[in-house]
Amino acid sequence: MTEAFVYDAVRTPRGRGKATGSLHGTKPVSLVVGLIDEVQKRNPGLDPAQIEDVILGVVSPVGEQGADIARTAALAAGLETSGAGFQLNRFCASGLEAVNIAAQKVRSGWEDLILAGGVESMSRVPMGSDGGPWAMDPETAYATSFVPQGVSADLIATMEGFSRDDVDLYAAESQTRAGKAIANGAFNRSLVPVVDINGQVVLDHDEFPRPGTTPESLGGLKPSFAGIGDMGGFDAVALQKYHWVEKINHVHTPGNSSGIVDGASLMIIGSEQAGAAMGLTPRARVVATGVVGTEPTIMLTGPAPSARKALAKAGMTADQIDLFEVNEAFAAVVMKFMRDMDVPHEKINVNGGAIALGHPLGATGAMILGTVIDELERRDQRFGLATLCVGGGMGVATIVERL
Amino acid sequence: MTDQNTIRWDQDENGIVTLTLDDPSQRANTMSGAYQASMKAAVDRLYAEKDSVTGVVITSGKDTFFAGGDLKLLSQVTDENAAEFLAGVTAIKADLRRLETLGRPVVAALNGAALGGGLEIALACHHRIALDNPKAQFGLPEVTLGLLPGGGGVTRIVRLLGLADGLMKVLLQGTRFKTADALSVGIVDEIAATPQEMLDKARDWIVANPEAVQPWDAPGYRMPGGAPSNPKVAGMLPAFPANLRKQLKGAPMPAPHHIMCAAVEGATVDIDTAFAVEGRYFVNLAKGQTAKNMIQAFWFDLNSINAGGSRPEGFAPRPAEKVAVLGAGMMGAGIAYVSARAGIDVVLKDVSLEAAEKGKAYSQKLLDKAVGRGSMTEAKREEILARITPTADYADLAGCDLVVEAVFENVALKHEVFGQAEPVVNADALLGSNTSTLPITGLAEGVQRKQDFIGLHFFSPVDKMPLLEIIRGEQTTDAALARALDYAAQIKKTPIVVNDSRGFFTSRVIGTFVNEALAMLGEGIAPATIEQATTQAGYPVGALQLADELNMELFLKIRNETRAALEAAGRSHPRHPAEQVVEKMVELGRAGRLRGAGFFDYDENGKRTGLWPGLAEVFPIAGDPGAVDLTELEERMLVIEAVESARCVEEGVIVQTADANIGSIMGIGFPPWTGGVLQYINGYPGGVAAFVARADQFADKYGERFTPNPLLRKKAENGETF
Repeated sequence: MTEAFVYDAVRTPRGRGKATGSLHGTKPVSLVVGLIDEVQKRNPGLDPAQIEDVILGVVSPVGEQGADIARTAALAAGLETSGAGFQLNRFCASGLEAVNIAAQKVRSGWEDLILAGGVESMSRVPMGSDGGPWAMDPETAYATSFVPQGVSADLIATMEGFSRDDVDLYAAESQTRAGKAIANGAFNRSLVPVVDINGQVVLDHDEFPRPGTTPESLGGLKPSFAGIGDMGGFDAVALQKYHWVEKINHVHTPGNSSGIVDGASLMIIGSEQAGAAMGLTPRARVVATGVVGTEPTIMLTGPAPSARKALAKAGMTADQIDLFEVNEAFAAVVMKFMRDMDVPHEKINVNGGAIALGHPLGATGAMILGTVIDELERRDQRFGLATLCVGGGMGVATIVERL
Repeated sequence: MTDQNTIRWDQDENGIVTLTLDDPSQRANTMSGAYQASMKAAVDRLYAEKDSVTGVVITSGKDTFFAGGDLKLLSQVTDENAAEFLAGVTAIKADLRRLETLGRPVVAALNGAALGGGLEIALACHHRIALDNPKAQFGLPEVTLGLLPGGGGVTRIVRLLGLADGLMKVLLQGTRFKTADALSVGIVDEIAATPQEMLDKARDWIVANPEAVQPWDAPGYRMPGGAPSNPKVAGMLPAFPANLRKQLKGAPMPAPHHIMCAAVEGATVDIDTAFAVEGRYFVNLAKGQTAKNMIQAFWFDLNSINAGGSRPEGFAPRPAEKVAVLGAGMMGAGIAYVSARAGIDVVLKDVSLEAAEKGKAYSQKLLDKAVGRGSMTEAKREEILARITPTADYADLAGCDLVVEAVFENVALKHEVFGQAEPVVNADALLGSNTSTLPITGLAEGVQRKQDFIGLHFFSPVDKMPLLEIIRGEQTTDAALARALDYAAQIKKTPIVVNDSRGFFTSRVIGTFVNEALAMLGEGIAPATIEQATTQAGYPVGALQLADELNMELFLKIRNETRAALEAAGRSHPRHPAEQVVEKMVELGRAGRLRGAGFFDYDENGKRTGLWPGLAEVFPIAGDPGAVDLTELEERMLVIEAVESARCVEEGVIVQTADANIGSIMGIGFPPWTGGVLQYINGYPGGVAAFVARADQFADKYGERFTPNPLLRKKAENGETF
């Protein structure tokens, strides 16, 4: 069986996803071009003519993120006759799905060298810009009991008995860990500054974290989803399905949910043979992947079953995994994962997560997989697992082995 | 179908054609086959003679403008004839579309009510002028019959008022507007004081607007509030279905759902495509069982009751003039209020003048509110209040031709007050008791004139609940029944007539429902699940909440009386699994809201704050609460009420199916989508036989209380319905 190796993993810093964010003036295509340039620079042996495909996850693939931005970015980066490209949408796991598909292509033996990652400029193409029948078509939304993710996250917290204090405590720890990781240079290897056309640095660090955040400082924030839960009717929708739950305890706030940011990520995925021919050094092996569908109204419970699926495929157990990255879409999602998988907090999101760093939707999956590879190297450990909860009730997981 | 022309054509010297809707074969115009042919002919002629036509006025030769769809026809739509039905609907819409795109101004002169199809015709006109007729109503009430306005009503209302207003104000509730309200909501453009003024205004408008087109056909048209593609509307859109689920509490009501879908989907496409989308959803509703159920209950059954279906023939109307209300508690106070409002003099009697005055104060409070809202003048309030005389003296009951007794539910007490009142009131006064459970025949023992004694069971709160359950005792005469029905009509209550039995019809049937829900709690079903099962079945409130409202000490009292009566008659009283739940709650001092504690907790103001957390210990949840079959819980409640109702039919408590259907919906909250307890059996998927099979399944699983009675089995075997 051909193995799929990760030869490199890079990402942009994450800029605050609003008009005052540092990356708001940078187009999504430019974020990707910067990373394609960088992987070529870092890997002089990489022959651009051998790149067979460019796969990018994008959650709002419209406007300036639309019309197959993967091929567009490849062209803009000069990969004219190589680098076919396609954009995919697996909601929040799009970036990881791009890596998984690349790995599957390579392992099938049908392709040998692929760039995979994702991009989302949430300040320029706001969430929900692409509409879609799930939320926008009343017939579909009614039949599928659509609710916004925050209501789902609050339902998870309610059912798991996570209090507001519990989720704030988790969130403050995410900030603390991210602060330490930044101070220790844990992201330095992957993080590629964004520069403008004059070579001037636009942003060279993650700008979302709030150092000094405490559970107490988070405690003053208002719940984000109590209003739409009530006025929007969504609590009622969720409770009609989860009929044994009397009411939803709205615990999630902007402080314990993932941040809205701009960013992009990219990996080189290739076969052993292709890498060797170009003199590339493999960093990790993709061991297994897992994708699952889960109940769509509670929506965000996919990480554990997708992780189990990948583990089963790999013939492994959770305790064999040294480090986990579970996307911090909402604090309760990660807390439920720890409980369901019986994984200690010490092994999960050791460098913080999206609560502190932000969640550039389509890009995040490949970013956190890169983070886990970097950290396995720093710790000299072997197996890592990255997973994300996904809109519509899905989960995606990837297991890697550091080489 | 008939070829008879239902539309008159008159053209004046200025070229204005007046089309008068006037079906010679009916009292009101409806969307019959004859209408369809006549409208097509009229529109054809308008096109043929267009050069000589300067405008069109559509009015009616009846008291009302147009009554709407042909419900008999609508209730016969099935999968087999759906395509044919759709073709007919499409043809009706096509002619109205041709009318509004004639290229000449078209004005609706609405001389009377335009509901449903009537308003849809008017909406296809460029301008709507309504006669200021206090009886007239305007609106699209199709949703209340499980239907949608399928004659272009959804499509045009959305284009006229926008999605949010169109859905909220007109379509989803099916609101019937008085003339002034129709103007302010925007479905009528002008009001005229007299028929002549209405027609003059119509002609003036035509002369002033020779180029009139519909707003949606004018260049640059924008949907009020924005189309779904507008980011502001798009942002609100996901809340539409969610709020509908919230409002419906998950009840299976396809009509509002289909209306919402047709409105939103139609708003994204051109008008002709929108008509097609509307048509698909309309046909889907028409051929479904829910519309058939609701048409049966809210049209055929209700009309039969309102037309005096249960009133014995041969008795001249004899309205009440002066009523003695005995007992000025909550029920008595309410009965006094509705009677006084209906123009009846009331003597409100209680043990003390103070208590009687307190009862009258209830009327004062309600009338003050009405005056405060501006819906009543102060003079009218004073006039109504002056009709109520509070007293503690039986002598003041002299001259009363009707007694409504509303004292505590105690046979001896009721006997006593009748013993005092009967000699004072008119010698032929109708003697009514507002008991909710005590057999009427037994209560009649307390009066001399047993033939004039009758049960008048009101529901609480009396001023809001539309039903009056009239109970015939063994000796109650037809004449007395006729008078009771005349009183019901006076006070604008919908009467059902039942024969005597413990709990009559409504109390007896609702008891089976509440008990079933309480039994579930004892089985280990999560309390929140029971509440959801109740409301998702379509009941107005959760069963546990209802039990708290009704008070479980009362349940025990009724149980004890029933048991004693059965044992006295030499029969045994089978123990219901709900009884241990009730006993436990009463023992814990949590009998309900009155006690400030029940299944729910209450704050110091009596406001419900949430389920009592201690319930989980008293009635532990069994197994995985998510594995519970919610549909089965819903059906248990519906089926037990239906089975009990079938028993009422067999025992002669219920005589008319319509009384059971309407009584169950209006009196005890049986879900409207079912069409009522007996219609639920008739319309059960697979028919009466399938219902019996389901009841048998439940009997095996939950107990003999579900076992179908012989009448039900016979109907299933013979393929009959109620």
